[in-house]
Amino acid sequence: MIEITEVPSPFCGIGTDDLIIQVEGDALKVKANGCAVNTPAFELPVTDTQPRVNGQPVSLETAVTRAAELLSNTRQPLFGGCATDVNGMRTLLSLADRTGGVVDNIAFNFARRNLLALQDTGWMNTTLAELKNRCDVLLIVGVDLEGFAPRFFERYLWNAESMHLSDTGSREIIYLGKAPSGSASTSPAGRPATVLPCADADLPDVAGVLSALVKGKVLQTQTVAGLAIADLQAIIDKFRAAKYGVICWGAAALAFDQAELTVQALCSVVKDINTQGARCSGFPLGGREGDQTANQVCGWTTGYPARVSFARGYPEYDPYLFETASMLNNNEADVLFWVQTFNTNQPPQTALPTIVLGRSGMTFAKEPDVFIPVGTPGIDHAGSAYRLDNVVAIRLKKLRDSGLPSTAQVLTAIEQLLQVSSC
Amino acid sequence: MLIKLTGGTVYDPTNGIDGQKQDIYIQDGRIVAAAPADLPIDREYDLNGKVVMSGAIDLHTHIGGGKGNISRTLLPEDHRMDPVARTAITRSGNGHAMPSTYVTGYRYAEMGYTAAFEPAVLPVNARQAHMEMADIPILDKGGYVMLGSDDFLLRMLTAKKDQNAINDYVAWTLQAAKGIGIKVVNAGGINAFKFNQRKLDLDEKNSHYDVTPRQILQTLSRAVKELGLTHPLHVHGCNLGVPGNIETTLNTIQGIEGLPLHLTHIQFHSYGKEGDYKFSSGAAQIAEAINRNKNITADVGQVLFGQTVTASGDSMRQHYNHRFASPNKWVCMDIECDAGCGIVPFKYRDQNFVNALQWAIGLEIFLLVEDPWRIFLTTDHPNGAPFMSYPHLIRLLMDKSFRNDMLATIHPDAQKMTTLASIDREYSFREIAILTRAGAARIIGLKDRGALSPGNWADITVYTENADRQAMFSKPDYVFKDGELVVKDGEVVHVKWGTTHVVRPDFDKSIEQDLQKYFDRFLTMKLGNFKISDDEITEDGRGSITVHPLKERA
Repeated sequence: MIEITEVPSPFCGIGTDDLIIQVEGDALKVKANGCAVNTPAFELPVTDTQPRVNGQPVSLETAVTRAAELLSNTRQPLFGGCATDVNGMRTLLSLADRTGGVVDNIAFNFARRNLLALQDTGWMNTTLAELKNRCDVLLIVGVDLEGFAPRFFERYLWNAESMHLSDTGSREIIYLGKAPSGSASTSPAGRPATVLPCADADLPDVAGVLSALVKGKVLQTQTVAGLAIADLQAIIDKFRAAKYGVICWGAAALAFDQAELTVQALCSVVKDINTQGARCSGFPLGGREGDQTANQVCGWTTGYPARVSFARGYPEYDPYLFETASMLNNNEADVLFWVQTFNTNQPPQTALPTIVLGRSGMTFAKEPDVFIPVGTPGIDHAGSAYRLDNVVAIRLKKLRDSGLPSTAQVLTAIEQLLQVSSC
Repeated sequence: MLIKLTGGTVYDPTNGIDGQKQDIYIQDGRIVAAAPADLPIDREYDLNGKVVMSGAIDLHTHIGGGKGNISRTLLPEDHRMDPVARTAITRSGNGHAMPSTYVTGYRYAEMGYTAAFEPAVLPVNARQAHMEMADIPILDKGGYVMLGSDDFLLRMLTAKKDQNAINDYVAWTLQAAKGIGIKVVNAGGINAFKFNQRKLDLDEKNSHYDVTPRQILQTLSRAVKELGLTHPLHVHGCNLGVPGNIETTLNTIQGIEGLPLHLTHIQFHSYGKEGDYKFSSGAAQIAEAINRNKNITADVGQVLFGQTVTASGDSMRQHYNHRFASPNKWVCMDIECDAGCGIVPFKYRDQNFVNALQWAIGLEIFLLVEDPWRIFLTTDHPNGAPFMSYPHLIRLLMDKSFRNDMLATIHPDAQKMTTLASIDREYSFREIAILTRAGAARIIGLKDRGALSPGNWADITVYTENADRQAMFSKPDYVFKDGELVVKDGEVVHVKWGTTHVVRPDFDKSIEQDLQKYFDRFLTMKLGNFKISDDEITEDGRGSITVHPLKERA
């Protein structure tokens, strides 16, 4: 039995890297600094390690050969999931480039809410260490932050010391929209967060009002979504008086149509406050299970975030057309290649031939043509993954010798077979 | 493997070769003085009538790291106009202002470049910079690690830590982030912006730290010298783009007290505020200061007209510049108590007075700096223009009548505010080879590149002489990387992978105790997880690390 310290997590998105994990054979036990997101994800047991073709156990070589055959007879492969580490994503893009595939990250419909705002007007954002050391007013819009990352407050807000705040406990926390699910946002001295509750569906109106107020527009109403305009004006005033205000949102939680416009309104509030003379930054949540990693690697490889098609021989980006669900529904693909190394959730249901590289223990309503259990980055092999704040790539550790291959190893083997057959 | 390059006209300034006909032998990737008597020549290239230089080296080009990837993500419309299809040997991608990594490597190589250096590696983003550069084929690469707005250094300076402690921190950071030089961007200004300071002059204090930009520049340039780094402190000065910033730049040169300093994209720091537009050329004074101060080197950061994107660590100045964004979208970030960045798309227009004069100022600096060993050819890719415009820039330098034809087309008031028409200088092949090869290798400290000396790696570019220098430098006949033919007739014919150049100065290990405490108290990752291991660069089987020697430690 060994104990590994300073273990970084690819699961929670916030770059937690202080876990202490006990390893006994293939079994992992989080001994310290776990949370409701990370502990179950690390402790998920290894069950199957043997690949299957049509449900029959086969060697890795046989499974790789079958996957290559399926891909070589395809006209429009669809690479979905794309939940892996940097090297996994590199090899996935290489294979998709070779086969003219479409690449679509599983969380893209969430990330799209941010990306459309970014690509239309841009933003001013910050990262975790700035938040930890500077933020004196935090507005959390439409997301249960402790539900997203249980240790967020402990690590980045109620930290004992900070370089630029004399008392981190005096930070002002304001929720707009969803109320917090627990008490993590209550300061160490017992001061609860301010909550201005409204329905998710009303957030576009509320964000619009904030945007109007910061621009100094006069509104002809006293309330919006049950909230007093005066209370929203008070938020703007607090940001104008803050040393370093931060507006946080979680794109995944903004589950309504055209949520990108709400993101854009929040980003414009941040920009306007900066233009008017105070410092303020945005802080989008994300980074869980390889979503930020997929967008980053696809970004430098193709120029676009992770919803691209190589069908014409070069990458094309379309945030709507190349969505996995719509391609499957519209019969626009002829094979599904699914990569999900972080959890055992099933791939989407389809009648198409399906190849799955999945986490050990994945079960299926309909057995795929090829299933290859692969290692989880940061557990079964080393690798790199991006945190939510886009700047920091964390170096993931190998914790055990499960014998499970990495995504990159399997995809490279498949591509080598295709390369030989195309020569 | 023995290759003979026969009868080429060679420009190899390091060895004093200026247009002589010479045979070159390559054995197993390196240049040898003569063919070993007992070995047959495996391959011979007839280079009679061809111009031969070593592979070109770009010492300042934004090719790896977060701000580049934000630029890519921000501008899908820019890529759509320049798709690059896959071939049997090359990957697909996209080009223009901020090309994808694979396209970056192919296109640099197709212009005869064999090495490129990322000048703004944030320590906390170094892992990304190296991962991106690992996906740039053919080229050698390396990076300058950014310091000067990081809270750790500013705390040390405020606490009046001695120079040795600072040297240890600088050396530790270089090793942790795997760099070959140290860069400062708007010294202390990125940090000051986080405290809501919107400008910071050379002698202006940070509102929180008892530190001025001048102190930061002096301390870091001393650290670079005392650690024995070959590359001088690489400085993006204060007040980038501000009319009248020539005063700051001259003051920076004076105030460094003879220590080596490399002033990067100096064009953006050479502005007066005379004339009807309160914007004028300071090129003559800047060139004169460079000519007089032998400790100073500079690259130009030439502006060329068209659409591009400016991507900089200088969040303070980029936030100011967002009002010029075209298209009107932009990004600023504060980053990890380490640095920041700003991305502002820009369209330089020849009929815009300021843009037109920026173009002229860059050319004036090129032509007025006398010593070609101390000035370097850059556009600060992509900030002044994408790197693909280098052949056009070379023609502007080598061909006076072409230059004057171009000058006649720009904003008429800008024409009146430049002395360009009166400058007769035309760069020679020898001088171009110094700017883009010999001088660059020397100033970066590459021990066996940038010259055709026996023992050097055979990075060699062969051109057909053409009076149209733009056409000539756009399409080499051959490019050899480490002795392997990678480009023929301006197209990639073989893909290989370059090395990552680093230096590894020693440091007192006790600095890690201070850093460990600082990381645990204030930062968001463990010190051990911050440091980049060699494996991360070499484990894919393509990458390698080349460690360069230091000067004797002072």
